[in-house]
Amino acid sequence: MLELGTDELAKYPFLEGAGKFLKEKGFPLSQFGTDPDLKSVVDKAYHRLKVSTKGGIYKSEIIDGEASDTAREKEIFSFLLAIVLIKLSGMHTLVKRFALAEARRAENHLEKDLGKASDKSKIDLAIRIIYDLFNIEVTKEDEFFKIPVSDYLKHSIDFHEREWKLVNRHVENGKVLLTPDKTVRLIRKELGTYITSKITNAPTPPMIPGLENIVNELTSIGKALTPSYTITTGEYPPCIKHAIEILEKGENLPHSGRFMLATFLLSKGQTIQQIAPLFKNAPDYNPRVTLYQLNHLAGTSGSGTQYSCPSCEKLKTQSLCFPIPACDNIINPLQFGRKKK
Amino acid sequence: MQEADLSFLEDSFKKYYFNHFDLIKVPERTSEREFGYQKFNSGMTRHIPIKDDKELHLMLMQNIPSDVYCSNAYYTFPSLPMNEKDWKEADLIFDIDAKDLNLSCREGHTISICNECNKVSKTLTQCSKCNSSKLEKKSVPCKNCIDASKIEVEKLSQVLIDDLAITKENIQVFFSGNEGFHVYVYNSQFQEIGSRERSELTDYISLRGAIPETFGMRRHKQDRAALPDFNEKGWRGRFSKQIFGSRSKRSKIITELLANGYSSFQKTLDDVSENIGVKIDPNVTMDIHRIFRLPGSINSKSGLTKLFCDDLTKFDPYVEASFLSDDTVEIIANCPIEFKLKNKKFGPYINEKVTVPTFAAVYMICKKLARIA
Ligand code: SF4
Ligand SMILES: [Zn+2]
Ligand SMILES: [Zn+2]
Repeated sequence: MLELGTDELAKYPFLEGAGKFLKEKGFPLSQFGTDPDLKSVVDKAYHRLKVSTKGGIYKSEIIDGEASDTAREKEIFSFLLAIVLIKLSGMHTLVKRFALAEARRAENHLEKDLGKASDKSKIDLAIRIIYDLFNIEVTKEDEFFKIPVSDYLKHSIDFHEREWKLVNRHVENGKVLLTPDKTVRLIRKELGTYITSKITNAPTPPMIPGLENIVNELTSIGKALTPSYTITTGEYPPCIKHAIEILEKGENLPHSGRFMLATFLLSKGQTIQQIAPLFKNAPDYNPRVTLYQLNHLAGTSGSGTQYSCPSCEKLKTQSLCFPIPACDNIINPLQFGRKKK
Repeated sequence: MQEADLSFLEDSFKKYYFNHFDLIKVPERTSEREFGYQKFNSGMTRHIPIKDDKELHLMLMQNIPSDVYCSNAYYTFPSLPMNEKDWKEADLIFDIDAKDLNLSCREGHTISICNECNKVSKTLTQCSKCNSSKLEKKSVPCKNCIDASKIEVEKLSQVLIDDLAITKENIQVFFSGNEGFHVYVYNSQFQEIGSRERSELTDYISLRGAIPETFGMRRHKQDRAALPDFNEKGWRGRFSKQIFGSRSKRSKIITELLANGYSSFQKTLDDVSENIGVKIDPNVTMDIHRIFRLPGSINSKSGLTKLFCDDLTKFDPYVEASFLSDDTVEIIANCPIEFKLKNKKFGPYINEKVTVPTFAAVYMICKKLARIA
């Protein structure tokens, strides 16, 4: 693993070294509940979390290279403490939001580091992080970063924008050439997943005396964020599951995907009120528009025609189909799971 | 197919397998592959493990299959059912078939057989006897089709080598045994990629889904300097050669392209990709659990052998891939179009009794254009 200084750990506090750093500094967790000198770290951790629950990215006051060691330490501690607070609150919704926000934050740093033509060590570090975490071998040539085509495909396959299709990339000698921002964009999702798994796998400590109030507050914030029902994805075909996953991650599902999902669920007898919250996490969510569109599809408004779920063939051309053996011999997702003749 | 036809085919195939063990070899890493075969007039047997050449030859002699297949995938347990096989990786395979090339010669050498009344004719839309539209199409050898397929193979190799850094030694070309080629790529960085990734790769190779921005054309704020030039690598370079023709015309054509605007550029791009994109069957490449005709085995659609092409330019499948005997046999042939096999002309035959060499008889019987007299 990498040998990291506080500067790097402040930027990428989810790396292995951060926990060790806390231990080395010799602070037991319990001290955060009582020590007035550490109160500011607790506040920062709480703030960091709060911002993420609102879909924002915590803005650190640290600007590259211009921070004192204490400021950097505070930065690292607040991240670790935020995780402890999430674990204590027991709210899974907080994990997702926090991981996403932290991933975006780290993404900004990686992008900056990769773009620093003058600072080879910064670039090397970013490249090594990408390699250690995601097993992608990035090499630099002129202002471009080169990634093996196969790695590019593995990591870009869920992107729906046409510019991410391999055919729309600069390909040379078995490598894809990318700018720093695209390089980082490629691992955005996995960065989020990585941080999520770090949090999920972290042990839950016993309640820290003095932090009860904060934890309670977080629990109620978390509860407010949890949708009041969940759609079970048990017997749904892969195309539908995939669409739901995208929405749950707060990523953008193209219009064709929303159309498929809504018509599918409507046909399965779900009500508009049950379906609408699914779209809540979409980056462009607007409750009024969503309801209007759903009513339209259901035929309860406008022309009165009820739209039906597109065929597998159609969905294939829209890159929404991810067939599994159970999809053999069906021509519409609605037939999924029915007994074959 | 009638009994006499089946036993004639079986007999001829058996002789081939017996005499040409040298052509039929197991692929590397044999024990990690899934084999399969089909017998005349019966279903497919899959999930067969085979250890070596000897076992393969034994299987051929025991079963006299009409078709033999082998996976491009490597499994830990090739003989278990699909979801328990434990897929490890798969060679990349591309299928180039003359029938997908939209060639104008096709109609001239395609015969239809009516599914309802068995009428054989040159009319391809509707049965001339019973008006049924359920027609089975059979095509006979055509040099133009093979030449056009070879060009696609060349184009494919170019992209594989130049863009994807595949080494020449790791590309093998086989005649499919009918009217196309199978291109195998070994030991590449793509061995472990899945089906969706392979599909994306085929889009690249066929230049499908390209947007104007990739070639420097924007909706707003146009910029001449962003358009591609001849010496560029990859599709931008090939696009330049196709669209500008010569260096001297580049500037003028760029001015035109910019003036015509974004949507017109997209149209140009689609037309160009129709020309320079490689015409491969995407479904074949993206299927990572498929079993493919085994090199050296006979294709029962034609009686020709799936054969490794050492020198593609010189290769003539209708001379080199026919290994069956010259012994003559009497058949009733109904093949309204003349064709050439092993440099001999046959037909046209209109429901007539003729005596032809075995290789030609097998060819026509496989195509359902003849039966043993
Ligand atoms: S085959 Fe049909 S049901 Fe299966 S994933 Fe594709 S679209 Fe969905
Ligand atoms: Zn008919
Ligand atoms: Zn032809």
